[in-house]
Amino acid sequence: MSTPGSGARVEVVGLSTGYGRRQVLDSIRLTVEPGGWLAVIGPNGSGKSTLLRSVLGFHRHQGQVRVDGVPTTGMPRRERARSLAYAPQIPVLPEGVTTADYVTLGRTPHRPLLAAPRGVDRQVVADVMERLGLSPLADRLLSTLSGGEQQRAVLARALAQQPRVLLLDEPTASLDLGHAQQVLDLVDRLRRQDGLTVVSTLHDLTLAGQYADRLALLSEGRIVAEGTPAEVLTPEALSAHYGARAEVVQGRSGPAVLPVRSAG
Amino acid sequence: MTATAGSGTRSRPGAPAPATPRGRRRPGLVLAGSGLALVLAVLAGVWVGALPLAPGAVVATLLDRLLGPLGIDVPGGLSGTQEAVLLQLRLPRVLLAALVGAGLAVAGAAYQGVFRNPLADPYLLGAAAGAGLGATLVIAYSPVQSLGPVGIVPLAAFAGALLGVGCALVLGAVTGGSHGPTLLLAGIAVAAFLSAGQTLVQQKNTDDLREIYGWLLGQLGKAQWSDVLVVLPYLGASCLVLLLCGRALDVLAVGDDEASSLGVHPGRLRLLVIVAASLATASAVAVSGLIGFVGLVVPHIARRFVGGSNARLLPVSLLIGGAFLVLTDVVARVVIAPGELPIGVVTAFIGAPFFAGLLWIGARQR
Repeated sequence: MSTPGSGARVEVVGLSTGYGRRQVLDSIRLTVEPGGWLAVIGPNGSGKSTLLRSVLGFHRHQGQVRVDGVPTTGMPRRERARSLAYAPQIPVLPEGVTTADYVTLGRTPHRPLLAAPRGVDRQVVADVMERLGLSPLADRLLSTLSGGEQQRAVLARALAQQPRVLLLDEPTASLDLGHAQQVLDLVDRLRRQDGLTVVSTLHDLTLAGQYADRLALLSEGRIVAEGTPAEVLTPEALSAHYGARAEVVQGRSGPAVLPVRSAG
Repeated sequence: MTATAGSGTRSRPGAPAPATPRGRRRPGLVLAGSGLALVLAVLAGVWVGALPLAPGAVVATLLDRLLGPLGIDVPGGLSGTQEAVLLQLRLPRVLLAALVGAGLAVAGAAYQGVFRNPLADPYLLGAAAGAGLGATLVIAYSPVQSLGPVGIVPLAAFAGALLGVGCALVLGAVTGGSHGPTLLLAGIAVAAFLSAGQTLVQQKNTDDLREIYGWLLGQLGKAQWSDVLVVLPYLGASCLVLLLCGRALDVLAVGDDEASSLGVHPGRLRLLVIVAASLATASAVAVSGLIGFVGLVVPHIARRFVGGSNARLLPVSLLIGGAFLVLTDVVARVVIAPGELPIGVVTAFIGAPFFAGLLWIGARQR
């Protein structure tokens, strides 16, 4: 019951933005089907995080973002927060706050800002925490959790919003391979069970190829390739846009990128 | 997503949990305890002094006064002189101390929350420097002592404090938008400028040095009912706004982007809280001068009991702040009786070791 409804279609149409005079994103056009997982990949500084932040409306931009056909620009912020949930690359974890209290913050768009959490809020929080295996950590201070546990807490906070779209900025950036897989498996399970739409940035191309059903390759502010992982992850594309030498081998559940050292 | 702790210490992944500190799971109990501490502090405040008043008789007199209009007589009250001391001297002074302490503490907690900075205090954005300049100017130059029933020094201090914060807000908005760090730096610039102005005026008027210093160090000795009544509406309204903002501040604690993604307007919320906290600070400063330490340390003391959640922290800070300043004032009156120590000195003398002790105990519990 923690995430009623299902994922929404996300459309990005002609989105351009920049910092000052420097243009960072140029006429981005993307569509993510309900229940789909789009991973935005691209070299450092290509504008991945800016794209995610623009979709969320944190960043002034031209063009439109539509959630199930409804433009988000005119949407009240609380209403937008009930359809889009966001986990940033570097979440700020407040001091002296328990895991349960932190996850409860996800209920903010569903209750009056000044009011205390109601029974339904506590129920949603308890369900989400149970699902993510956080129940035993409910009364622990957030700062005492391990990196992987903290990551799950951030995810739980986003899920407590009962969103239709989950926007994740580098959900595995600080995790080792095992914990990265755990988090991505979890996101995948939530997506399949609830039909949530997922948009994430992922700098690890192999993980992106294994988990996302579509990839968009961003380079210098433009989408230069979009499609299934096999279509986007090609040695030519990696060479052209990352300046990387790599082979792409076919793994069991998607392409895997194998870096090749230079001869000599 | 690299996890970082919001303020202070970096988290140690996998460190053995201190689990949940006592009281953190029973916020109601802590709140009730803080309220009781305030009541006891107020009773101690009216009881102790050059003329001791028995607590029982004090309570009887107060009940008699309150219930008198209903035709109920409470026996066992104070004598005529004692009653005059209670009602004209002690009570306004103790209530003013409670109001000022509560206001400064809740403002400090709010500033710390809004800037996500444990070193923030109510004087950070130029309120103290502005109030100091205002008070110094009128002490040195004003031909009149009061405007109507209100003293000119409180008025000037109040205006100066709001002017200081106003300048900081404008400078912050012009230079970098609503983000916390820019505003903090703007506040530091404004405070430095106004302090320099205050020092200049003070040095040109050495005859008034004693009075100026007396004001700067904080004072409750001249407290009257009029002071209590003048600040009550401002302090009451601003504290109420701050208490209501507690939950929203908890959302802001996760950072501006995430707060936005949760449906909150960080810029608007920050402005509302800063304005309310500055109004509380300006009101407190106007009637009591610059009493240091309360706004910085009381929130940290409260945090030891209720954790980092602003929704719980703000009301407990308010109550502990009131109790703390009332008790400090008692000490200020008693130590060198019949003389008095400046209360700003006492808050630091008592507060600093007490706080150090709390830190020490906290470290041992980990």
